[in-house]
Amino acid sequence: MRAVRLPVVTAVAAAAALTAVTACTAKSDAKDGDAIQVTAADSKCTTSTKSIPAGQVTLKIENTGSKATEVEILFPDDRIVSEKENIGPGTKYTLTAEVKAGSYEIACRPGMKGHGVRQKLTVTGGSVAKRDPKLDAAVAAYREYAQNEADATIPKVETFVNAIKAGDLTAAKNAYAPSRVGWETTEPIAESFGDIDPKTDTRVNDLEKGQKWTGWHALEKALWVDKKVGTEQKALADELLTDLKDWQKRVGKAEITPTSMANGAKELLDEVATGKVTGEEDRYSHTDLSDFKANVDGAEKAYELLKPVAQKNDAALTTELDKQFAAIDTLLDKYRSTSTSDGFVSYDKVTKDQRKELSDAVNALAEPLSKLAAAVVK
Amino acid sequence: MTEVQESEVQQSGAPSRRSLIGWGGAGLALGAVAAGGAVAMTRVGEDVDPAGADTGAAVAFHGANQAGIATPVQDRLHFAAFDVKTDDRAEFVQMLKDWTAAARRMTGGHAVGDGAYGGLAEAPPDDTGEALGLKPSRLTLTIGFGPSFFEKFGLEDSRPEALVDLPQFPGDNFDKSRTGGDLCVQACADDPQVAVHAIRNLARIGFGKVAIRWSQLGFGKTSSTTPGAQTPRNLMGFKDGTRNIAGTETDRLKKYVWVDEGDVGKNSAWMTGGSYLVARRIRMNIETWDRTSLQEQEDVFGRDKGEGAPVGKAKEHDAPFLKAMKPDAHVRLAHPDSNAGVTILRRGYSFTDGTDGLGRLDAGLFFLAYQRDVRKGFIPLQRRLSATDALNEYIQHVGSAVFAVPPGVRDKDDWWGSTLFSKDAKES
Repeated sequence: MRAVRLPVVTAVAAAAALTAVTACTAKSDAKDGDAIQVTAADSKCTTSTKSIPAGQVTLKIENTGSKATEVEILFPDDRIVSEKENIGPGTKYTLTAEVKAGSYEIACRPGMKGHGVRQKLTVTGGSVAKRDPKLDAAVAAYREYAQNEADATIPKVETFVNAIKAGDLTAAKNAYAPSRVGWETTEPIAESFGDIDPKTDTRVNDLEKGQKWTGWHALEKALWVDKKVGTEQKALADELLTDLKDWQKRVGKAEITPTSMANGAKELLDEVATGKVTGEEDRYSHTDLSDFKANVDGAEKAYELLKPVAQKNDAALTTELDKQFAAIDTLLDKYRSTSTSDGFVSYDKVTKDQRKELSDAVNALAEPLSKLAAAVVK
Repeated sequence: MTEVQESEVQQSGAPSRRSLIGWGGAGLALGAVAAGGAVAMTRVGEDVDPAGADTGAAVAFHGANQAGIATPVQDRLHFAAFDVKTDDRAEFVQMLKDWTAAARRMTGGHAVGDGAYGGLAEAPPDDTGEALGLKPSRLTLTIGFGPSFFEKFGLEDSRPEALVDLPQFPGDNFDKSRTGGDLCVQACADDPQVAVHAIRNLARIGFGKVAIRWSQLGFGKTSSTTPGAQTPRNLMGFKDGTRNIAGTETDRLKKYVWVDEGDVGKNSAWMTGGSYLVARRIRMNIETWDRTSLQEQEDVFGRDKGEGAPVGKAKEHDAPFLKAMKPDAHVRLAHPDSNAGVTILRRGYSFTDGTDGLGRLDAGLFFLAYQRDVRKGFIPLQRRLSATDALNEYIQHVGSAVFAVPPGVRDKDDWWGSTLFSKDAKES
């Protein structure tokens, strides 16, 4: 559970880096004729063109309505490419972004809420720099991996949900950690959708005011602390399954770039460092090590796929990463258990000294892993 | 050492000759980088402001002895003890070289590596950035190797005889998580952010090779190595370190602090020009001390609270008449005359790590002492103090560590620990 939209931002940043020089020029020299005029009124949103070439796009926004508005460029799945919030009545704003060929929408949201009024935008052409085919293959293989993880997760979530609905607490507890593994291996992708993660994986202290607590951790508390499930929990379980099926459907459409893969791997280690090592993630069930292992596995998968390119650019880095992945895998193997449902020692049995050792191993891996993205795009 | 002493002293007003030497050194370091290639062209985060050289100047990093020992004591401390996490000797030696390069830059007021911004957008910057725009602030970085270090990398035979494990003294009550360490770095600076930045960046470079075991912030110096300056007070409100060894007392430094060619035993020739460091986290029972009458407080120390004069004397620097003090007075027991001349260089800092959950300050003295031989310095002294010092009622030693501090980094090609690792492996 982290801030939304990060991978999209990095993807855009990567695209910007590829065309950095021209983008800068375009920005400063942008004539009104090149820009898209967006007129945002209270119930209308008009755009001066429906089709532009790929690359830098400039939106000249004018709010002619009576309420503050928000203008966004959206991917087909409503992920935000770029946005400007709080454009006051009668004011103008210039929004720029990098866009690749594809279908987009421009949304004006008067009052800054709701679905908004939308206009189609088609981006054509191939001014996007060509990418190393090896990296395209890595992205494709990673997408397949993420899809497989999602596909394999759904039956495990169904087992979990069915146990809750049957009121079988023991079966539900046993199914809890396994139901999370696929999600944890590919978490940055889920987080890139923005709207799913807050519903499925929010911890109690991350709730915003007025937000209803839903998802795995609400059920975790019911099972381990309250030790009972009622109508409310059964509804939450159904909701979890629905949300995760939504995730499963959307994984294939996720915007994945070599950079976002590399950063995603690092983010998985960040998840371990801030949530699992401290025992905060699964504070009621203490199944943190199961999530820990899944995060590391997911990071390792992304790394293995990028390794051929990274190795060519920075052999010392991949040697170090091979070593540190092996070291953390060996360390985690020490905590395997045959007497728990998730196959790992309960984290409340892991001593302070052992947690320190795990934390040191995470730092030893995450520091070089933070350099993977640069080694891939070099 | 003389050059180090000269370059680090600074006063307000016009740039002094001494501070100019410091900046000349920084300029040379930059020149060396420029000669190395085009890297310097894209280097960012330099923020060198020669106009600021008269305050917050740099202390020379190179010298026969490490800076941060005889250097006039800076205001702030960040001390870190590390454990070694690798068994690959070559990898560890490379880390020492990387650390040295980073230390050379940071003590000169420069950012680490390629700086804190302006690099590849996809990569995290080399430097963490919080010291950008801050002056060098007389930052010194001093490295040491603990007894457990010599169980690694086949260095068993290089452990100096003088690096003994400290005995258990009466009253010691150690928190294991604040004790020991394979190696240490003492970062001292006049700006706390500069000291914290230094440890943070060294720790980052060290990930995978070393891991921080514990660390301690110190917010106020409690000892001075500049007798002309006002003697600082400890958290008990008393002046501390009145009779400390001064950074300019070359003869006393030679006699009590620096390991000499003549006195190194077997295995420790690499320590010539080095020193031994004892670090103790001494918790003070602040609240009970504050309820103690002035008379008793002064009796406990053997000095008066206002001036700091020894019992029966008028001025702080008057020679103490030890027999006029109570037999268990701190100053009397710790004085060289009561200890067959035993003298150590103290460089401790006051600390407060918040409160202890019982509404009491978790505060005290982070005691740092340098000496030529621990067996002839801290150990006999502490044996005496721990047995009878009246102060013991108000303090408790809760953390402890001892380190062999190697000699200084001599020039731009030298690195921390080179004398130790070159001794039997001929590494360059």
